[in-house]
Amino acid sequence: MTTFVLINVTLLAILIATALTISGMRTLYAATMLTALFSLVTACLFVLLDAVDVAFTEAAVGVGISTVLLLGVLSLTRSREAVTPRLRRLPGAVVVLFTGGTLIYASQDLPEFGSPTTPVQTHPLTDVYLRQSQEDIGIPNTVTSVLASYRGLDTLGELVVVFTAGVAVLALLGPLMQPAEAREREVLDLVDYRVLRVVTGMLMPFILLFALYVLFHGDFGPGGGFQAGVIFASGFVLYGLVFGLDRAQQVLPRRVLWVLIAVGPVLYAGVGVANMLLGGAFLDYDTFAPDDAAAGQHIGILLVESAIGVTVAAVMTSIFFGFANRVESSR
Amino acid sequence: MTAHLPVLQVLVPLVCAPFCVLLRSRTAAWLLFLFAALASLTCAVLLAVRVGGDGAQRYEMGGWPAPAGIEFVVGAFNTPVLLVVSAVAVVVAVYSRRSVTSEVDARRVPLLYTCLCLTLAGLLGLTVTGDVFNAFVFLEISSLSTYALVAMGRHRRALLASFRYLVIGTVGATFLLIGIGLAYAVTGTLNMSDLARRVADLGDDGGGNRALYAAVVFVFVGLAVKIAVFPLHAWLPGAYAQAPSAIGAFLSATSTKVAIYVFCRFAFTVFGTTLVFGTMPIDRIGLALACLAMVAGSAVACFQTDLKYLLAWSSIAQIGYILAGISLATTAGVSAGYLHVINHAVLKAALFCAAGLLVLRLGSARFTALAGLGRRMPWTFAAVVIAGLGLVGVPPTAGFASKWALLTALVDQGQWAVVAAVLASSLLAMVYIGRIVEVAWFREPAEPGTGPTASKAPASMVAAIWVLVLASVYFGLDATWPAGLADAAADALLANGGE
Amino acid sequence: MIATHYVYWLLFALMMIGLYVVISHGNMLKKLIGLSLFQVGVFLFFISLGKVDGGSAPIVSEDVETYSHPLPQVLILTAIVVGVATLAVGLALAVRIFESYGTVEEDQVLLRDADDREQDGGAS
Repeated sequence: MTTFVLINVTLLAILIATALTISGMRTLYAATMLTALFSLVTACLFVLLDAVDVAFTEAAVGVGISTVLLLGVLSLTRSREAVTPRLRRLPGAVVVLFTGGTLIYASQDLPEFGSPTTPVQTHPLTDVYLRQSQEDIGIPNTVTSVLASYRGLDTLGELVVVFTAGVAVLALLGPLMQPAEAREREVLDLVDYRVLRVVTGMLMPFILLFALYVLFHGDFGPGGGFQAGVIFASGFVLYGLVFGLDRAQQVLPRRVLWVLIAVGPVLYAGVGVANMLLGGAFLDYDTFAPDDAAAGQHIGILLVESAIGVTVAAVMTSIFFGFANRVESSR
Repeated sequence: MTAHLPVLQVLVPLVCAPFCVLLRSRTAAWLLFLFAALASLTCAVLLAVRVGGDGAQRYEMGGWPAPAGIEFVVGAFNTPVLLVVSAVAVVVAVYSRRSVTSEVDARRVPLLYTCLCLTLAGLLGLTVTGDVFNAFVFLEISSLSTYALVAMGRHRRALLASFRYLVIGTVGATFLLIGIGLAYAVTGTLNMSDLARRVADLGDDGGGNRALYAAVVFVFVGLAVKIAVFPLHAWLPGAYAQAPSAIGAFLSATSTKVAIYVFCRFAFTVFGTTLVFGTMPIDRIGLALACLAMVAGSAVACFQTDLKYLLAWSSIAQIGYILAGISLATTAGVSAGYLHVINHAVLKAALFCAAGLLVLRLGSARFTALAGLGRRMPWTFAAVVIAGLGLVGVPPTAGFASKWALLTALVDQGQWAVVAAVLASSLLAMVYIGRIVEVAWFREPAEPGTGPTASKAPASMVAAIWVLVLASVYFGLDATWPAGLADAAADALLANGGE
Repeated sequence: MIATHYVYWLLFALMMIGLYVVISHGNMLKKLIGLSLFQVGVFLFFISLGKVDGGSAPIVSEDVETYSHPLPQVLILTAIVVGVATLAVGLALAVRIFESYGTVEEDQVLLRDADDREQDGGAS
């Protein structure tokens, strides 16, 4: 128990120290690298708090996607922050004091950390999600069953948020600004390094295979559509970085990406509509196999996880392409 | 299929969005948005009829019973909001065809309609959901698509407006998330009805639970950002004025209104009237902020030199009226608030649509461009003035009906200071509407060369404007229908959700 | 109190650092980084609500008795995704702002905006 507290406090202290350093740092490249570190430590903390799925996602998103995007933007803009005028600090300090004060005030009546008798733990929901779900859905990873079935609508919403982000980035950086001359130059010279080229070529199948494993293994262990999608995307990002954007976009043309972005929400909502047509409620997967509810749930969960995977991979890749195309055309 | 109405209400616009991307044609995307708007209006009307007949409708997602799964709840308290949002969406859909083509790059148009579908779906979902975390998700869908829509404005200032809205909006949403987290820590549930039960179990004053008080504070501060309550309004003028005209019209009529509804839902049916307005001084804070908003918003509006900015600042003042009604926490006050939600949505949509027509024909809605054009564009300016008188609250316009209801409710409670603020704000509204009249009719055109372009005003846009203006006049002459909806909503909310 | 609430306090400190960066820094990229820090603090707070002493990850198996609560984890999975989506849109906006204003410092952008306004006479 004490080791747990010790590790917990240490990780939190590292997090706070990193956050403070980031806030004081004016070189934004360094700050970006520190945010990656911050995410990595956060992921460790999530593991410590038994949230393995969340840790997986935070590692993939915070260390991977966010960092790549931030670096891309830094190469497009200035990487040095101007000095913050003293006057600006005051409102921030006041807001932080009030907000922090309210939170500390609230913490006096927050339940004890880790106690098994908190309202969260004693609510009948706990039993539904941990025990009842084994009969209703029959998937060991309860996070997956809550995510994809009990709270399937939230997950549809989450997928739509990703879709929205993809559309928004396309609208902002998309096909509009694409100077033709920029496409002629092969800018990224990483491809000249044989080691990189060969290693990337060898890694690609494994990355994609791992993504598929994560997608289909989400029922039994940490993982699922979102994590798989991010891994898929990171495979393409790596390919694009080493072999150049043109090659990457030949493999995955823009038009295909457009379709894939839209396929996910349509498929996910389509599953729900199919359930309605089969006589159930929206997203009631039981209707897929009327005799064996658990089997129906399995089919439904697999379908929606695949829908998430496809759209997340397509959105993340096209967001990366969007930023990277800007980088190339601005040189 | 009628049992599925609550989910169809949200699902149709949500599914239209990816199809806009798949089809990638301007006309197809526009038709899809029009279809989404018409379908959701149909759903809203059918739901309103059903709610009127058999009371609140509940829909359990995935067939999972409530606290385990997510449920949608449609009752008398949210049907008016559904009707307003989807009716405005239909009018804006008609209006947007020409307006958008003239203001937005052709290649972005399908994406614009995609985002409009998403905003519509997000706002409707936020209205019908009965789960606090699901509300956060829908809030983010509508916000994220709104940021993209605002950024599509013609000037580079649109980008800045969008970025500021993004930062402020995300901080607001995160505050809401903290509030939800604190409430979850205290009760262990996310379902609104279940949450209300468990909060009530803690005791009348929330059992003195300080985490619960903080939850109320965080949820309301987060929502106040989205409502644009006075000191947290900084994002609104830029976002509404810089967005493409059709978008400005849609947002000004819907997004803050839905946030106000969510505020009511949390205040009356989740945390409970006694806790929020009895134990905690939310009513007094609300009234004070409302007064500030009314006076400051109208005062700043008087100094604007761009019609769109003027309208945006006037929105901040009008939000003050709505907030004042709701903060009274009496049936009459809440009903007046709802009535003004309906009337203001119609009036502001009409005004922003008219401003958009001016932008189309004059290239800008700045006063220098409008000078002396009252006689050359009589119909457009007539629409502006009629809807503007509604904002002032001159009888027999719609604005008068709701302002009268509000004043009666305030006098009943002896809130004389607020009454004074309402009257002061109305006088200031007279001033800014008077300025438009002065510019349009009594000022000399800046240069002889300026004036409306030869092209005629598109019939679709004119029709949209006049439908809204006539609706506002009709609601002023015969307020039975909107007032009936508002009364039913207020009764349902104060009867603890009418669930 | 310290033994049972230290996690909350440290997480609140983390949130407040993020919030401070969002409000007080003028650089738009820094603001977005601050937003991420703020949100991560909130995510950790949610997750800490579901933790049980001696529990393990909520993946049911026969040799485990106590599990941490899965619900906060599901919520935060969703929230992380929402967070990265917002970050992507914010960064795209920052790029466009840099292209049209030549800077991502809010103060300088506002300064250049004021010039715009003098030219077209719109006040806000």
